[in-house]
Amino acid sequence: MLLIRCPWCGLRSESEFHCNGEVRPIRPHSSSLTDQQSVQHTCDRLNFKGWIEEDWCHSKGCGEWFRLNRHTVTHEIDQD
Amino acid sequence: MKPNQRYSLAALAQGALRNHQNWDRAWQSPPLKPQYDVVIIGGGGHGLATAYYLAKNHGIRKIAVLEKNWIGGGNSGRNTAIIRSNYLRQDSIRFFDKSVQLYETLSRELNYNIMFSQRSEVDILLTNTSMRNMRRRCFNMNLQGVDFKMLSADEVRQRIPVLAPMKECRLPILGGSVQSRAGIARHDAIVWGYARAASAYGVDIIQNVVITGIRRAENGEISGLNTDRGLIKTNKIATAAGGENSSVAEMAGIRLPLQTFNLQAFVSEPIKPVLDVVVNCPDLQVYLSHSDKGELVVGGITDAQQISFRRGGKLAVLDSTVAGLLELFPTFRRLKLMRQWGGALEFARDGSPIISLTPIKGFYVSAGWWGGFKAIPAGGLTLAHTIAKDEPHPLSACYRLNRFDTMNFLMESGTTVPIH
Ligand SMILES: Cc1cc2nc3c(=O)[nH]c(=O)nc-3n(C[C@H](O)[C@H](O)[C@H](O)COP(=O)(O)OP(=O)(O)OC[C@H]3O[C@@H](n4cnc5c(N)ncnc54)[C@H](O)[C@@H]3O)c2cc1C
Ligand SMILES: [Zn+2]
Repeated sequence: MLLIRCPWCGLRSESEFHCNGEVRPIRPHSSSLTDQQSVQHTCDRLNFKGWIEEDWCHSKGCGEWFRLNRHTVTHEIDQD
Repeated sequence: MKPNQRYSLAALAQGALRNHQNWDRAWQSPPLKPQYDVVIIGGGGHGLATAYYLAKNHGIRKIAVLEKNWIGGGNSGRNTAIIRSNYLRQDSIRFFDKSVQLYETLSRELNYNIMFSQRSEVDILLTNTSMRNMRRRCFNMNLQGVDFKMLSADEVRQRIPVLAPMKECRLPILGGSVQSRAGIARHDAIVWGYARAASAYGVDIIQNVVITGIRRAENGEISGLNTDRGLIKTNKIATAAGGENSSVAEMAGIRLPLQTFNLQAFVSEPIKPVLDVVVNCPDLQVYLSHSDKGELVVGGITDAQQISFRRGGKLAVLDSTVAGLLELFPTFRRLKLMRQWGGALEFARDGSPIISLTPIKGFYVSAGWWGGFKAIPAGGLTLAHTIAKDEPHPLSACYRLNRFDTMNFLMESGTTVPIH
């Protein structure tokens, strides 16, 4: 089990958090996108072994959203 | 190339007289050749089945299957071996039912006992949502002429007498559904059976080889690959790398719409027979079967949304899977769990696999197999066709890669858990 640091609550157990996946660019307004760009936005993922930046939410706690770096093989996290 | 020794009762009896010293190696591992007609990356069920059907149906002989570890060491050796075709959409139902049909005759075809036991899969349904979902699946299955039917709560209890008595249930059983041709098979036997049959056609199965790069000619077409054992020339490369197709495709220079998550499973200590069907409960997110060895084989959901190549298992997921198991079967509470493991599973954005040509001429993909053990025969059959003819097989045309460009998504999800 990972211990994750919520910016408000401090170190808490992973089961209190929800991982929203890799940080993605904000979706541009659909009127300015071609179909292909829109598909790229939804489908394109790096999916590699190594460090990725993710969005997490302390969903069963205070509800704060924050970012952290996690390694996709070792599951180590880096919040500095 | 030497034809395979036939496995039979007579051969077994002869073996007994000779202390079983008479058995040949099941497949050959010759040294790597400098050139092949087709190179398949990944020695899991899909890669090996593809090699077999390429040789058998299309007469292609110079084929190599390159495996970085040992064959069957990926998800094909880590799954819970359930075979079924109860999918939602007509294209998927046709494809997966073809696979079940191929499984039905595979032991004979490969001369290898895959121990396919069509013991039925029974879904236990505890909510109206699940009832509605399964009924919809049932209608679609029946429209395709594939067996699947709804069960009453009493019928579910008759099929699975070891279920908790009604008064102990938190959520009462509303009903169920059953596919009677569904069942389990021995996962290693699928891998070894295809490897042995492919090898008899002269396919080179090369283990412990590291691929360091994919080469393309000036016009962009595939021209070969670099490995730690030297350069191999080939005009056709197929990736069937289980959870790692993204990185192989990256070497070729394209990106696939895939994400890799961890899925775990575990087994109990062996017990006497208590369960003669595969049980699945979407509402409690748990499924199980009773193996021939006597172990209960139990699985749950993925570690959602977290890209992972670790092939482990999160305690929280194990915990909730066990909780679901004990809710249905309180009598299992004193069983010890013996082993737990995980696999790195690939999901395409719409939940359907990818069996396809790609924008790179000579590069083919078989990917997105989160529930692809059941699909090994049909996956191999259709990918082989795609490689040999340079066009999709009619059964797998729905799984072409460019469906993502045109937003022709084929939304599917599991029966244990919906995929988002
Ligand atoms: C716990 C669990 C339970 C499951 N339960 C079921 C089930 O009940 N029913 C079902 O139908 N499916 C199930 N699945 C899914 C099923 O196991 C897979 O979909 C299926 O095995 C995929 O087969 P494959 O040949 O594509 O991949 P794999 O068997 O993973 O084979 C891919 C191979 O490629 C090799 N490889 C990877 N990268 C490279 C490289 N760069 N170079 C060379 N080789 C490489 C790997 O070492 C591996 O051996 C389950 C999976 C898991 C993890
Ligand atoms: Zn918090």
